[in-house]
Amino acid sequence: MTDATTPEGRRRVSVQGVDLGLARRYAKERRLKWLGIAAIAVALGLLALLIADVVLKGYTAFWTTEVRLTVDLAEAELDPDGTRLRADLEDANFRGLVNDALYAMFPAVEDRLERRRLRGLVSGQAARDVQRMVLNDPSLIGTTRDVWVLADTDIDQLWKGNIDRDLPENRRRVNDQVVGWVDQLAAEDRIRSAFAWNLFTNADSRDPQLAGVWGAIVGSFWIIVVTTALAVPIGVASAVYLEEFAPKTRWTDLIEVNINNLAAVPSIVFGLLGLAVFINTMGLPRSAPIVGGLTITLMTLPTVVVATRAALRAVPPSIRWGALGVGASRVQVVSHHVLPLALPGILTGTIIGLAQALGETAPLLMIGMIAFVVDIPDGPMSASTALPVQVYLWASSPERGFTEKTAAAILILLGFLIVMNALAIYLRRRFERNW
Amino acid sequence: MSEAPQTSTAPRAPAPQVAHAPIEGPRDAKMRTRAVNLWYGDKQALFDVDLDVNRHEVTALIGPSGCGKSTYLRCLNRMNDTIDICRTEGEIYLDDRDIYDPDVDVVEIRARVGMVFQQPNPFPKSVYDNVAYGPRIHGLVNTKAELDELVEQSLTRAALWNEVKDRLGDPGNGLSGGQQQRLCIARTIAVGPEVILMDEPASALDPVATAHIEELIDELRRDYTICIVTHSMQQAARVSQRTAFFHLGRLIEVGETNDLFTNPQQQMTQDYITGRFG
Repeated sequence: MTDATTPEGRRRVSVQGVDLGLARRYAKERRLKWLGIAAIAVALGLLALLIADVVLKGYTAFWTTEVRLTVDLAEAELDPDGTRLRADLEDANFRGLVNDALYAMFPAVEDRLERRRLRGLVSGQAARDVQRMVLNDPSLIGTTRDVWVLADTDIDQLWKGNIDRDLPENRRRVNDQVVGWVDQLAAEDRIRSAFAWNLFTNADSRDPQLAGVWGAIVGSFWIIVVTTALAVPIGVASAVYLEEFAPKTRWTDLIEVNINNLAAVPSIVFGLLGLAVFINTMGLPRSAPIVGGLTITLMTLPTVVVATRAALRAVPPSIRWGALGVGASRVQVVSHHVLPLALPGILTGTIIGLAQALGETAPLLMIGMIAFVVDIPDGPMSASTALPVQVYLWASSPERGFTEKTAAAILILLGFLIVMNALAIYLRRRFERNW
Repeated sequence: MSEAPQTSTAPRAPAPQVAHAPIEGPRDAKMRTRAVNLWYGDKQALFDVDLDVNRHEVTALIGPSGCGKSTYLRCLNRMNDTIDICRTEGEIYLDDRDIYDPDVDVVEIRARVGMVFQQPNPFPKSVYDNVAYGPRIHGLVNTKAELDELVEQSLTRAALWNEVKDRLGDPGNGLSGGQQQRLCIARTIAVGPEVILMDEPASALDPVATAHIEELIDELRRDYTICIVTHSMQQAARVSQRTAFFHLGRLIEVGETNDLFTNPQQQMTQDYITGRFG
């Protein structure tokens, strides 16, 4: 503002001065607005970059490559005695049948080394797939069948174009001869892409073609079950007590500060704690989701407590007074009025806390959930991995096939997180109240 | 400032604005408070308040903002207990029982001494459930039919039944402000209290809704003892039989509403009601 001095010596404020100041104020507002927009644009851009990168790397993992073999299910090979007993069929040499089918397709190949390479066109799973087919329907014995079997991981990568054919042969995973075979298979319409059910039904494997996330999903599921069963009741109960019943003393202040501090403790420290307490002292099994769940409960508790307290505080005090005024006890006030009204907030906070827990990796490494587990865990006590740990495991595997699996596992993990966060938003919208 | 219990049976002269029903039976104190001192932390908010709230009368508490009238009202059903730093001393009797006695159940006190607040605060539930809540938690009824009857009765006495009888299932906070406040009164009545405390019940309402509430208060006095805090001296004059004037945490003067407004005994009361301060 500009000041003018009147003849009497008093300061006068001029309206023109206000105009000038206004222009400056508006300019400031505009600058702030554009800075904000720029910040959001940068954040969104980075997010888009991340997701695009993962999607581009990972989408091929949802498809796998299959080879069509014409298998002669000769009775003489499979069941020379004609018993059709399951035990006999399980012992039969299906691998030999698969190999014979391959030799038959490429009769010119006779060299031992080349024949071994030829056998490597299909994955180790191929013989088992043929066996399962025959076990399910023994009447197939004696016929000749076309069977689609999983290709080897190198063939899969070549077919997907992840292995560059233009590289010189000595720097390529597959040599020119194999590339020629694949081309011949393609010409005979014996190679195709199919949806990779393996990815969703199998547990981890050394063979990228066979490795799947189901074992890790089940492990994560048990971790979340344990965490939910412990963190939610304990967290909500602590928050309700602290917010609604506890007197405001120095002790409760101290507890509050410490709960907030707990949320800031690095997660690896919780992992060490879990190792020391749950495994070494309490003797719980290593690598088990129960230990993972207990450890992650410790990490999720402060989130649940803080979210619940915020939700409780958001319930207007007038509701409490109204209930107290008609003679409700404090427990009745909380259970009939405050908790139901705070429930959407509690649910939202809890789900976001659990989503964090789902993505937590570091503490799980400390308690041995990094183990290579090929079995699908059958409960919270059996050895298992978790989704984020599976990502970590695959990311450190050198095979080309695991690179895309890593990205695919990240996508699946992100999918779960998006579903959980969407659920949180839905619940908040659905139960939001106005008073 | 304490006063002798009055035993006069003579009907009192009607207040100028509203023709009150004559007081039946002897006038006696439903609630008596003696030497009430109250602190919020280190700050004393009430000083030696001696006041009687007479049966089947409306007692109005007036005074400038921050004078302690609401604080005093909240002593009468121990709502101040919910404030951690609040400490109360003195004797507060409901009939012959000291409600701050350690073996008195505060929940029972609040059921007998109901409260209506400044902002209408219906529960975010249906109109029916708002009224039915108190009877349900106190187990006052056994059957659904009894509850239905009690809800209808309470809403009728709160002069709300005709407006809401067709939408008992609608949320209570969907009503208008005045209706919400009458719903809160119905909710309080449903428990069958003996005393109803009202903390500026009409201050958030428009003049028409205010008139409704004031009529209702006059109506309710036949069955209940009412103590009302108001910042409107006109309202105090219209609805109350006795008025108490508070200033800076002290009870300055209490008397028949007519006397207090026409012939105040204290200079401070005189100044306040003539608008010289407050």
